[in-house]
Amino acid sequence: MTILIKNGYVIDPKTNFEAIADIFIENDKIKKIGSDLNLKADRVVDAGNKLVVPGLIDIHVHFREPGQEGKETILGGSQVAAKSGFTSVCTMANTNPPIDNQALVKFIKLEAEKGPINVFPVAAVTKGLKGEEISEMGELYTAGAVAFSDDGKPITNALVMKRALEYAKMFNAPIIAHEEDPVLSDTGIMHQGEQSVLLGLRGIPSESEETMIARDVLLTKSTNSKLHVQHISCAGSVDIIREAKKRSINVTVETCPHYFTLTDKAVSEHLSMAKMNPPLRTEQDRLAIIEGLRDGTIDVIATDHAPHQAQEKKQEIEYAPFGIIGLETSVPLVITVLVNENKFSYMDVFRKMTVNPAEVMGIDRGYLSENGPADVTIIDPDKEITVTESFLLSKCKNSPFIGMKLKGAVVMTICGGKIVHGG
Amino acid sequence: MNEIKRKDLLDITSLSIEEIQLICESAKYFKEVFTRSIKKVPVLRGKTVVTLFFEPSTRTRISFELAAKRLSADTINIAATTSSLVKGESLIDTVNTLEAMNADFIVMRHPVSLAPHFLARHSKASVINGGDGNHAHPTQALLDAYSIIEQKGTLKGLHIGIVGDIKHSRVARSDIEIFQKLGAKVTLVGPPTLLPDEFKVYGCDISYDLDKVLPDFDVVNMLRIQLERQKGSHFPSIREYGKYFALTQKRLANCKSDIVIMHPGPMNRGVEIDDYVADCDNAIINQQVTNGIAVRMAVFYLLSGGKPLEGVESEE
Repeated sequence: MTILIKNGYVIDPKTNFEAIADIFIENDKIKKIGSDLNLKADRVVDAGNKLVVPGLIDIHVHFREPGQEGKETILGGSQVAAKSGFTSVCTMANTNPPIDNQALVKFIKLEAEKGPINVFPVAAVTKGLKGEEISEMGELYTAGAVAFSDDGKPITNALVMKRALEYAKMFNAPIIAHEEDPVLSDTGIMHQGEQSVLLGLRGIPSESEETMIARDVLLTKSTNSKLHVQHISCAGSVDIIREAKKRSINVTVETCPHYFTLTDKAVSEHLSMAKMNPPLRTEQDRLAIIEGLRDGTIDVIATDHAPHQAQEKKQEIEYAPFGIIGLETSVPLVITVLVNENKFSYMDVFRKMTVNPAEVMGIDRGYLSENGPADVTIIDPDKEITVTESFLLSKCKNSPFIGMKLKGAVVMTICGGKIVHGG
Repeated sequence: MNEIKRKDLLDITSLSIEEIQLICESAKYFKEVFTRSIKKVPVLRGKTVVTLFFEPSTRTRISFELAAKRLSADTINIAATTSSLVKGESLIDTVNTLEAMNADFIVMRHPVSLAPHFLARHSKASVINGGDGNHAHPTQALLDAYSIIEQKGTLKGLHIGIVGDIKHSRVARSDIEIFQKLGAKVTLVGPPTLLPDEFKVYGCDISYDLDKVLPDFDVVNMLRIQLERQKGSHFPSIREYGKYFALTQKRLANCKSDIVIMHPGPMNRGVEIDDYVADCDNAIINQQVTNGIAVRMAVFYLLSGGKPLEGVESEE
């Protein structure tokens, strides 16, 4: 199978290449990148006025299998990811049972083979996600886990965290941390601030996230290990990470589109659809997240795609679970909010969705080069989409973005040389 | 304004000054109704009012029930402990069931903030918020405002203090909003642990020193202090709380002689308010209860599309 992508605006953040060019794919490899390629192909794709970027990588998704297949499955989630421009995802370990043994890692890889894209499992840091004893990281890593995370929960015991950081050095795999002090968060529902006062909802203070990031940055320094901080939401977290990077501590960080798009003011309108953890914070925090993305403090844009069924979200806000879906609105929000409203370059935003997440996870993907993997995403940045329930392929529709008109549509996704979306 | 065009009463935030005034004027009429020997008017005959209470409450539930009955509505009371909710039915399904039985009004009290707002979006019935979490208690605020107007004629220019556990109080939040909308200056008083700085968002003053601000108050509303807050380290002991924030006979001596003393009830005598103050002539705590029925009658009446009130006859 050969594919020739003609006349697209090709962007490769790994080499800082951007120009109108053609890409020729043969089987699962890119064979040639150049201008005016006149090669015979089984399929010629006209990418005029469109962006051609490396297949996008989302290192933070919840596909809920095993255990909560009513919300999503590995196959279903992979199809949603393909439609959204992603050719690689990392699934979190907080399934039921959690991914804390090698059989489950292999199960995910086996299920993923049925789907259109690459799935890289993240395994649990601690047995049963209990935060008490570290998991058999060696066996998990050998079975195919790329990193370790107890995501959904923090590791509150500092000594356990320290040991995990130390031990994971054997595999050069990062410890990926959901940073939250559960004592400070208590039974909070939304960001603690003026909006939580006005709505009478219990607050989750910013310092719940900030203090744990500060702790883990210091532990990473003392153990000389590798930390990736998930879904940062507030200005203080950006400051701590910026300072840590200045001091050459090996820490990377992600944020999610909702943290640079929405604030805690969305809660009164969207109720449980705007309930996620960490919570939406203030406008000042939102702007600090954007500045962190701009100056490179924030390395990665991930979605924290967290499907929940309608009946779970259609409850009183306190009883509804935390989390929103994010895959399908990721590219449109990045283009609308970061590129169009905040004048980011395409190179800068797609760096955070390709080569940077690949480097964090040690995945050899996320770039366009001859003899490199044929993972390619084609995006029409000017096409308007309206987020509706029918626009969303995801089994669950728990999104606060329903009703929004956004710019930027994924028109084709090619994974391993196969057209997996937009054929 | 002679009509309220809204399905629900969820909070004070969404009420206009004109709507508040209309409710208070109508409440005055309904209060006159109960001085008659027959305390009932037929304006809601054939309508069904359901009170759906997910928290224990005596005075608020009975006040709504009496208000509905005095308007000749049929009333049904559902308490969470006896409802299908303990069997795991969702709020939406419970309310769908009530609607299938043609309930016209659902009065809900719920421990989760914004639960009535959520319900109102999914219900054809008029939803009246009987108190949601720490968020809002609009009919309490309306009766508080009405009671102050009865005493002072107006709220314009008054200085009103709200004292106690502001952080966890839906009464405080709704009172702040209605008092400010009607032109009063509001000062919040309590320990910083129960009075976070973010309350400045309302544009009211904040004080940790009751003795300093008390002499300037025209009205003071003493909130109930919940004894379990001590466990959450919000204050060290009831004794120390009382030392700084209880309204006592001694403190009353430093108040304006015509100060109006309010309490949303139920009182903890000897904790936030002492016996002398609770029973003194400045306290209007029982009038608040009476006015609560009148205000709730006005709310039912106006939400059901009621027009100005001359010509409403007592039931024969």
